[in-house]
Amino acid sequence: MNGFTIVWDNRDVLLSGFANTIALSAIAAVVSLVLGALLAMALMARSKAARIGATVYVDAMRCVPFLLLAYLIYYGLPSFGIRMSNWTSGLIALIVYNVAYMAELLRAAWANLPKESIEAGHAFGFHGLKLVRRIILPPVFFAAVPMIGNQTIQIIKDSAFLTIIAVAELTQAAMAIQTTYFVPFASFVAAIALYWITCMAIETGVAFVGRVAKARQ
Amino acid sequence: MTWYDVYAIFQGAVFTVSISLASIVIGLPLGLGFALIRWSSVPVLDRFVVVYVSVIRASPAVTLALLIFFALPVVGISLGAVTAAVVTLTLSTAAFNTEIWRGALMSFPREQLESARAFGMTRGLRFRRIVFPQLVHSALPALVNEMTLQVKSSPAIAVLGLVDITRAASRVGARTYDPLPPFVVALVLYSLIVAVFVMTQRLIERRRAAEMEALR
Repeated sequence: MNGFTIVWDNRDVLLSGFANTIALSAIAAVVSLVLGALLAMALMARSKAARIGATVYVDAMRCVPFLLLAYLIYYGLPSFGIRMSNWTSGLIALIVYNVAYMAELLRAAWANLPKESIEAGHAFGFHGLKLVRRIILPPVFFAAVPMIGNQTIQIIKDSAFLTIIAVAELTQAAMAIQTTYFVPFASFVAAIALYWITCMAIETGVAFVGRVAKARQ
Repeated sequence: MTWYDVYAIFQGAVFTVSISLASIVIGLPLGLGFALIRWSSVPVLDRFVVVYVSVIRASPAVTLALLIFFALPVVGISLGAVTAAVVTLTLSTAAFNTEIWRGALMSFPREQLESARAFGMTRGLRFRRIVFPQLVHSALPALVNEMTLQVKSSPAIAVLGLVDITRAASRVGARTYDPLPPFVVALVLYSLIVAVFVMTQRLIERRRAAEMEALR
C-alpha cells in the first residue's frame, strides 16, 4: 500500500497530467466533431469529386494506426518548415485522425435519417446549406450521440499514445512517478482508475442526453 | 530510403501480424468464455466480468502495456516484453470480444433453445450443436471489425521497446530525415493487413450464404 501513498503525495503531477489529457481530448473531440460534420456533408454531397475526396481521406485514416499519424505530424512536418510543440502536434494528430471517424459515424446516422423529414424540408422551401443545418444535422446529432460518446472515449485512449512523443499527459505523468519512485503498480493503477472514471462520466452523459432526446420526441 | 529500409519495415509487419494474431487467437475463445459467464449469470464471476470489461474498455493500450510490463514483476510475475505485449493485446481484445459475443448471445432466438431442450439435448450439446455454429456467423462482422481495430492499436507495444511496423517506419524516418516514404510503406502494409481480414470475412460470409442457399 506504500506505493499508493507515494502516488498520493505526487498527486499534483498525476492531476496535471490528467488535466492535460482532458484538455487535449475535449478540444480534439469538439473540433473533430465540427470538422467531421463538414466532412460528412462532403461524403453525402451531390458532387462526385467532393465525395471521392472525402472518402479517400476517411478510408486512409481508418487504415492508419493513430501512433503512425502522430509520428508523421511530429517528425514529418518540421521538414516542411512547420515547427510545433509536441503538445500542439499531439492535438493536431488527434484532430486530423478523429475527424475521419466522426464524419463516418455522422454519415451513418445521416443515411439512416427518414427520407420524409428531408422531403418535408424541401416542401417548406429549405435548400442547400440551410436544409442541412436546420433539418438534417439536429436529428443526426441526436441519433449519433452514443457513437460520438464512444468516439470520445476512443480519443481519450488515443491520447495515451502521445506519451510516446513525450506529451505530458496522464500516462506520461504515471510513467514519471514510476521512474522516480519505482512504484509501477500504484502509479499505473491510479492512471487507469482516472481513465475509467472519465469514461464512466462520458457514458453517464451519453445516457443523460439519450433520455433528453427521448423526452423531446 | 533504400530497399533495406523497406525490408526493415516489412519485418516490423511480420511482428505486428504475429503479435496481433496471437492475441486474436487467445482473445476470441477467452471473450466467448467471459460472455458465457455473463449469459448464464454465474454468480460472483459475472460481476468480475462486468468490472473487467468496463475497466479494460476504458484503459488505453499504452497504459495497460506499461502496467503489465512494469507492475507484474512487483507481485512476482516477470514477463518478457513480447509476452507482456501479447498479454496486453489479449486482455484488451478479449474485453471487446466479450461484448460482441454477449450481444450475439442475447439476440439468439429463444425458441431454438427451447426446442433443443424438448429434444432432450443436454446443456453442452445444445451449445455445441445449436448455439455456437450460428453464433459464429452472427458475431463475425463485429469480430472482424474488432480484429482490425486490434491491429491498429498494436503500435502501443512500442512503449515496451518492441519494433512493429509503426516503430520501424519511424526509425527509418528519423534516420533519413524524410518520414514521408516510410510512412507510405507503413500505410500500405497496414491497409494490406486490414484488407486480408475483411476479405476473409467476406469469403466466410459468401460460403455461408451458399450453404444456406443449398439447404433451401
